[in-house]
Amino acid sequence: MDVSILGAGPAGLYLAILLRKAGHTVTVHERNAPDATFGWGVVFSEETLGALRDADPPTHLEITDSFARWSTIDIRHRGQVVRSTGHSFTAIARRHLLAILQARAIELGADLRFGSEVDEPPDADLRVAADGANSRTRQRHFRAKVSTQGGKYVWFGTDLVLDAFTFAFRETEFGLFQAHAYPFDEHTSTWIVECAEPVWRRAGLDTASEQESIAFCERLFADDLAGATLRSNRSLWLDFPLVRCGSWHRGNLVLLGDAAHTAHFSIGSGTKLAMEDAIALANSLARTPSLEAALTDYELERQPAVERFQQAAAESAAYFGRTANYTSFEPVQFAVNLLTRSGRVTHANLAQRDPRLVRRVDSWIAGRAIAPPPVFAPFKEFANRLVAEVSTPDEAAARAVDGYGLVLTGPVGVTGQDSLPLEAWAGIDAPLGVRLTHFGARGAEPIAASAVPYGPGAPVPVELTDLDEVRQAFADHAARAAEAGFALLELDMAEGHLLAGFLSPLTNRRTDEWGDRHKFPLSVLDAVRAAFPRTLSVRLTVTDWSPGGTTIADGIAFARRLHAHGTDLVHVRAGHTTPDFRPDYRRGYLTTLSDRVRNEAGIPTLVGGYLTTLDEVNTVVAAGRADLCVLTEAP
Amino acid sequence: MKVGIGLPNTVPARDGGTLLDWARRAEAAGLATLAVLDRLRYDSVDPFIALTAAAAVTERIGLATMIAIGPLRSPGVLAKQAQSVHEVSGGRFTLGLGIGARHDDYAAAGVDPSTRGAALSTQLAALRADGESSMDILVGGSSGSALARMARYADGYAHGGGPPRAFASAATKARAAWYDHGRSGQPVLWGQGYLAVSDPDRGRDYLSDYYAFTGPFADKIAAGALTSVRAIKDYIRGYADAGCDELILFPTTLDVADIDRLAEAI
Repeated sequence: MDVSILGAGPAGLYLAILLRKAGHTVTVHERNAPDATFGWGVVFSEETLGALRDADPPTHLEITDSFARWSTIDIRHRGQVVRSTGHSFTAIARRHLLAILQARAIELGADLRFGSEVDEPPDADLRVAADGANSRTRQRHFRAKVSTQGGKYVWFGTDLVLDAFTFAFRETEFGLFQAHAYPFDEHTSTWIVECAEPVWRRAGLDTASEQESIAFCERLFADDLAGATLRSNRSLWLDFPLVRCGSWHRGNLVLLGDAAHTAHFSIGSGTKLAMEDAIALANSLARTPSLEAALTDYELERQPAVERFQQAAAESAAYFGRTANYTSFEPVQFAVNLLTRSGRVTHANLAQRDPRLVRRVDSWIAGRAIAPPPVFAPFKEFANRLVAEVSTPDEAAARAVDGYGLVLTGPVGVTGQDSLPLEAWAGIDAPLGVRLTHFGARGAEPIAASAVPYGPGAPVPVELTDLDEVRQAFADHAARAAEAGFALLELDMAEGHLLAGFLSPLTNRRTDEWGDRHKFPLSVLDAVRAAFPRTLSVRLTVTDWSPGGTTIADGIAFARRLHAHGTDLVHVRAGHTTPDFRPDYRRGYLTTLSDRVRNEAGIPTLVGGYLTTLDEVNTVVAAGRADLCVLTEAP
Repeated sequence: MKVGIGLPNTVPARDGGTLLDWARRAEAAGLATLAVLDRLRYDSVDPFIALTAAAAVTERIGLATMIAIGPLRSPGVLAKQAQSVHEVSGGRFTLGLGIGARHDDYAAAGVDPSTRGAALSTQLAALRADGESSMDILVGGSSGSALARMARYADGYAHGGGPPRAFASAATKARAAWYDHGRSGQPVLWGQGYLAVSDPDRGRDYLSDYYAFTGPFADKIAAGALTSVRAIKDYIRGYADAGCDELILFPTTLDVADIDRLAEAI
């Protein structure tokens, strides 16, 4: 078969090697000269190296002869260094990697044409576009979504030879900057500097020259660089382009590597994914009878793997966008939060890689040297971090026997309708929290902030007029809950119930003073707080997840007011204000919301969101994303 | 896990006896369920009529839409059709509903596709308001809104097909939605796939044509068709491991030998 490849990066060259070995005729077109290269070092994983060994032993040997290998991550923050060991990284100079691949491709008889100005792979039996994230071939022939991911970043080299993958954070008058740095040969390290776009602008970097940017970053990281300098290689401030493309082939044209997909640099997997694409495509061509079937096979095999990395990369990029929330964390928790940012590393993974670090964070959370894992560390008066939600008193008793630190009752309606009375839950031998609610538009006799029915076919609620009576009913129930000895009271401002209805512009259309959407829920909170002396939780719809509804920023702002009004804990919920909300269900789908409420509003949080394993709860608590977690039984 | 088979109500070149013969053979082969697809602008038999015919020539086998595009019918007509199939089949019917993906079906029905999610919610609310019915309702779709709709109104989830790994991921989301809505127990989970054992090329050609409206995805769907008894066995095992309660394998040709191949694989 005659194959034309556009782009002599790692993906294009490695495919050329593999297809030559399979006996195909291969021409590679590259606009630049053979020695022109952007950037510095690239990172590999052990897994990728294994795949390279199987696919072409000679290049594997050359790559592993000259790469840097290390197992340590240093996290530098506020003058302290937290060192984590047991990881596994390898990196190589991009220039050197390309030289190895070029030589091998030529040795195998591929026709490499540098300085070749073509917009798409020329006619051949198979045409491969490996022309990078800004692929012109993709723009012409495919429908992709391209957006900016993460902050502004610039890619430098330095003659400082690091012995660890290094994350360095610097707080400035403009905001937080971070460096992602790693060695790639015996003389040089990559040093990427990243910050949020507004921080970049405030620091004047939008108008700075290349030399001014280097000088700024050298001053900023002077302590970390220890006298070494930063070196430029056409190092300009960039936006990372997130490329997602539904289909990677059309007719005999196929996309490879960054041309098909990208994943934020902070998980360091661009080159890895590109070379794995080349291996998968070569394998599909070898085992599948027709070209069309081979290209479909390649896509079916690679897309799920790429999507997993894109999900992890999105989590990682989002973490680096909000790291300023965590700068006051204890260094060890700051480190664990960073190391678990993408969801690919959990408390259990970390305990295997670096038991010393995990012991440190466990000890810090439990407040004693010999400590259990975070889920079994006490929180306030609760014996552990695990919460069960139950619907009957019998179930409550059973969950207490199971060992949950807190058992939350089903909703108790303060107007005495649609639920068990408070006293039905009293006297159970359990660390019990009682949820006080008014069902509002969702009650049997619906009464709500405004006359907005809860979904199609639902009855139109009566607008609440006697607010004092409802507030008093909450206060009376709070006093009875205090009397009955409940450890915790949870005030329901979620699930589309009465108080949640007051908070949302979708359901509160009042023009009287209660059109101030915080006012009535806060007045109820004040009355309940005055009547209940122990731990007070508010179950809060942080965002409506609906167009025109409350945003995350609204929810965080309100959580700050809850804190100021004496709330001890926010139980993070979302959606359900109207039934047609738009959730993104998956494991831990509420964890990031909880993280933001906890660390932006500065109040402890309780979160569910389909956490089904102790490992997930350990990770959430160790990383400071929540204080208590609802553990859900999964089949 | 139960295993059922599709009726070829959307496979072209049928004749008057095709569906009846297929239904009898599927019941004789001991399969759990006969399911149908729903398309307006494609050579096909109406799903409710196809199931009514199947009900008349069978006694035991379950009947299901997997799925019917709810909003193509008014809430009243949909409820009447579903209740009718349930009644004449002696309570063997499961109603799977979704919003479909084809705008030309909506144009043919004279229904505005831009509000189809809300329309399906209205239909589900109406079906649920009738507390008399014992019919199970499934909802399909992969968006968060679809999963929320499923958890609010339905008894379970109808997955759209794909490798077991894709089903497992969707099952987790369906369970998360279920819990989020305060439902007790677990949602019933139905999966699906395509059979093309007797004539793989013709089967794949049909799938490429049936899914042509999805553009490049048609090839991937066609590539996923199960073309050997071995592939069916692996698929069944994968779905069972992922927690599927009922797996429906749809035919891609009218070759009745595929019914026996499926029975052989179970």
